[in-house]
Amino acid sequence: MAWEMDKGRGLGQGAGMPHDHHDHDDPHSLLPSDPALRVKALETLLTRKGLVDPAALDEIIDTYENRIGPRNGARVVARAWMDPAFHAALMEDATAVVSDMGYYGRQGEHMVAVQNTDAVHNMVVCTLCSCYPWPLLGIPPGWYKSDAYRARAVREPRRVLADFGVTLPEETAVRVWDSTAEVRYLVIPKRPEGTDGMEEAALMDLVSRDSMIGTALAGKP
Amino acid sequence: MTRVHDMGGRFGDGPVIPEEEDVIFHADWHPRALAITVAMGPLGQWNLDMSRHAREGLPPKDYARFSYYEKWLAGLANLLVETGVVTRDELTGEVDPAPSPLAERAMPAEKVAGILAAGGPADRPSNVDAVFAPGDAVVTRAFAENMAVPGGHTRLPAYAAGARGRILRLHGAHILPDSNAHGAGEAPEPLYAVVFAASELWAHPEHPGDEVVLDLWQSYLAPA
Repeated sequence: MAWEMDKGRGLGQGAGMPHDHHDHDDPHSLLPSDPALRVKALETLLTRKGLVDPAALDEIIDTYENRIGPRNGARVVARAWMDPAFHAALMEDATAVVSDMGYYGRQGEHMVAVQNTDAVHNMVVCTLCSCYPWPLLGIPPGWYKSDAYRARAVREPRRVLADFGVTLPEETAVRVWDSTAEVRYLVIPKRPEGTDGMEEAALMDLVSRDSMIGTALAGKP
Repeated sequence: MTRVHDMGGRFGDGPVIPEEEDVIFHADWHPRALAITVAMGPLGQWNLDMSRHAREGLPPKDYARFSYYEKWLAGLANLLVETGVVTRDELTGEVDPAPSPLAERAMPAEKVAGILAAGGPADRPSNVDAVFAPGDAVVTRAFAENMAVPGGHTRLPAYAAGARGRILRLHGAHILPDSNAHGAGEAPEPLYAVVFAASELWAHPEHPGDEVVLDLWQSYLAPA
């Protein structure tokens, strides 16, 4: 029945994907119910079919566990604080600027940087899934993927900020960016007072992951 | 009607629980689930929009009880069977797995870094001209639904359907997920950041100056 209702198939060149399954149980339900065993079963099956090289899986995990993470984004922010020309270029074309630093790749193909000021505080969410700038911030934290954050960030960002211990002044407006497409947003937090003349490494220490999502402010020196 | 993943604005989810920066995975099997899913992409049997739709099309009762990586695994298992890469009997273990004709496309360890670094940009040349400019007033379509496929994929959240906003910037032309998720072609068209006053979206906005920005395709929008 689902297939007959899928009129979209007639509009395209290719075969339409069924979007509901009424004739069978979902294939995923054929796997073991314990998720750890489910992963194991899939990996074993795909390896035996020649579709997965377990060494490649190790390499993917190592990349996101050890090589790509929020220190990448922190370096971008520290440079933007230190160098007005870099900052201007970042605001103009963030993809090009972070690519030059080696921070291009999967889930970060189209970057936009947004600057926090006294007037506007930016905050990023993905209400439909959990889109996130992986090359700059790594794997999204658990809370970013949670129903609570996805549901609440757009409707009551200030109460969400309160969950993080952040209170904004009355004169600061909140602008929430819901990442509904392939564009990924990096928040440039306000540079804290008393950081004049600090080196890049010291500034980076003040830039938390959460401050680049917009659920925290930059740390104090 | 919407699907269960479209939860922006929903009430009742409780507090957001912050987490230390060095926590990357929450269970031993999470990194494996991530890696298997990433490794299947280069087989070329589905695109990014299809894989999103596979997760978001899960029955609400499954979507709600599954953790993040369980949704990934479920979407992956469904896609593997739907595209014929794996059979149902192979999934249950009732038959010995047959070697796959796609094995030559399997990602070798030495190519992982290059593939992850190359990414998969979604911008494309398009013959659809941008009809809006920054500052233009627009209204989103009334239905947060795929206009061609009932229950199909779309990126207009329900909370922003039928809302009046203003064009903030043009991102260029991007693949249209509503088409690409159903194998109906990439159909690239202009993509905009559109800004909405919180008071346009919510009955009880927290602050008169607050705004929400969404990335929306031109076909989601009409002049206001």
